[in-house]
Amino acid sequence: MAKPAASAGAAPLLSVRGLEAWYGESHVLHGIDLDVAPGEVVTLLGRNGAGKTTTLKSIMGVMARRKGSVSFEGKETIGLPSRTIARLGIGYVPEERGIYASLSVEENLLLPPQVRPGGLSLPQIFELFPNIKERLKSQGTKLSGGEQQMLAIGRILRTGAHLLLLDEPTEGLAPVIIDQIGATIRKLKQEGYTIVLVEQNFRFAATVADRHYVVEQGKVIDMIANADLDANIDKLHGYLGV
Amino acid sequence: MFELLGIPPQALFGQVLLGLINGSFYAILSLGLAVIFGLLNIINFTHGAQYMMGAFVAWMCLNYFGINYWAALLLAPIVVGATGIAIERLLLKRIAHVDHLYGLLLTFGLALIIQGLFRNQYGSSGLAYQIPAELRGGQNLGFMFLPYYRGWVVVASLVVCLATWFLIEKTRLGAYLRAATENPTLTQAFGINVPLLVTLTYGFGVALAAFAGVLAAPIYSVNPNMGADLIIVVFAVVVIGGMGSILGAIVTGFSLGLIEGLTKVFYPEASATVIFIIMVLVLLVKPAGLFGRAA
Repeated sequence: MAKPAASAGAAPLLSVRGLEAWYGESHVLHGIDLDVAPGEVVTLLGRNGAGKTTTLKSIMGVMARRKGSVSFEGKETIGLPSRTIARLGIGYVPEERGIYASLSVEENLLLPPQVRPGGLSLPQIFELFPNIKERLKSQGTKLSGGEQQMLAIGRILRTGAHLLLLDEPTEGLAPVIIDQIGATIRKLKQEGYTIVLVEQNFRFAATVADRHYVVEQGKVIDMIANADLDANIDKLHGYLGV
Repeated sequence: MFELLGIPPQALFGQVLLGLINGSFYAILSLGLAVIFGLLNIINFTHGAQYMMGAFVAWMCLNYFGINYWAALLLAPIVVGATGIAIERLLLKRIAHVDHLYGLLLTFGLALIIQGLFRNQYGSSGLAYQIPAELRGGQNLGFMFLPYYRGWVVVASLVVCLATWFLIEKTRLGAYLRAATENPTLTQAFGINVPLLVTLTYGFGVALAAFAGVLAAPIYSVNPNMGADLIIVVFAVVVIGGMGSILGAIVTGFSLGLIEGLTKVFYPEASATVIFIIMVLVLLVKPAGLFGRAA
């Protein structure tokens, strides 16, 4: 098993050790270990059902049954409810974006409460995602998939959270929109955000990430630095079955 | 004076007013049920008993403490709402993770207990509650006589219903509520205290029932069974409007009261069943209700 990288010598912002989780009786995470340094963009790669989404959900505290250790800025969060974890400064973009149909675009955008100072203002969000501004009064789910993804990212940038958990932000989107999401993630990295990204699409992941954790059957089985991706491409194909 | 289909206007408009009054109670009660069902997924069978408690608290306020109608209109919803909060915290919370059928059984049992306790203490013949002095008497409108208190009930209900609609559909708090109704897990993961919202929502729904109870006290006698009789019709109203729909509850409540009143004029034999006939028809054609979203 690969050791989590102690990257750049910085104390990790997020540190996960021996994380296990269950859906009812079904044991789906069997001991996830990973570290994310401040300002890093890290992806979780793996096949369908490997446990990537569950890992994000467990970090966020939305899995009812979990054990092990998740520490954020040195604070243990494994026993905390998700609303408390969010208020520590973690923003979550769930799979399929989680846009509310019963809320307008504006209400979706303003829903997550500010958890820390330093979040983006509405004009800054509109600058990043101009499409949203024109559709504020529309029903949230009337937006296109790409616009919904931008809304899902935009609404957590308002909160001041500085660790972002993004679950497959490119899923089902057109290539031109994927490019736009990629540019946004790189920009957020420049601004100092720390990002954990779940991806099926490792070609996209390679354009934004510093490191990649490979998840299989509820465990981290390898860690590949983005710089070493080319050298490990065959191995990665094997892991992902592509 | 003119006549419509052989019905004198006094009788016609009298029944229209009665229908609107009944509709007012249907609307407030089904609105409370809709709010509770939306967030808690529980069909609150205690609702009728809580309506009755509102009337009784108004009666107790007056007879034990000399607190008048207007103060009771504010106080009774707060007191009964607080008992609702206690019920949610102590009982409903514990069964939130099991099948919602248990919530229905629990609230049904609670209704029987509460009604039994009140019957034991106050009997079932009913207690009188005077119309407040400011609203006694009425006005002859030419085509009908309008008792002030009845007009007040319709106006107060409309105002409360529209204020509730505004609160839920147009405010930040309402957006939290709608978000928690649609996706509680994600809403919680944004840092919003969903369990607290659930408790307050139940308390609010119950307070609405109690408010309706105070409005009803001077019209019907204050009786331990007053809610049990009404709640069956209100459930039919909720089914017709669509479970969980706020606007649906309001519009359907008032309309069905009116339809019931008109049926009393034109075909009195059907007046007790017309709402249930409409319920059957709506369920056949649009099972999610007139305003409901299909699941």
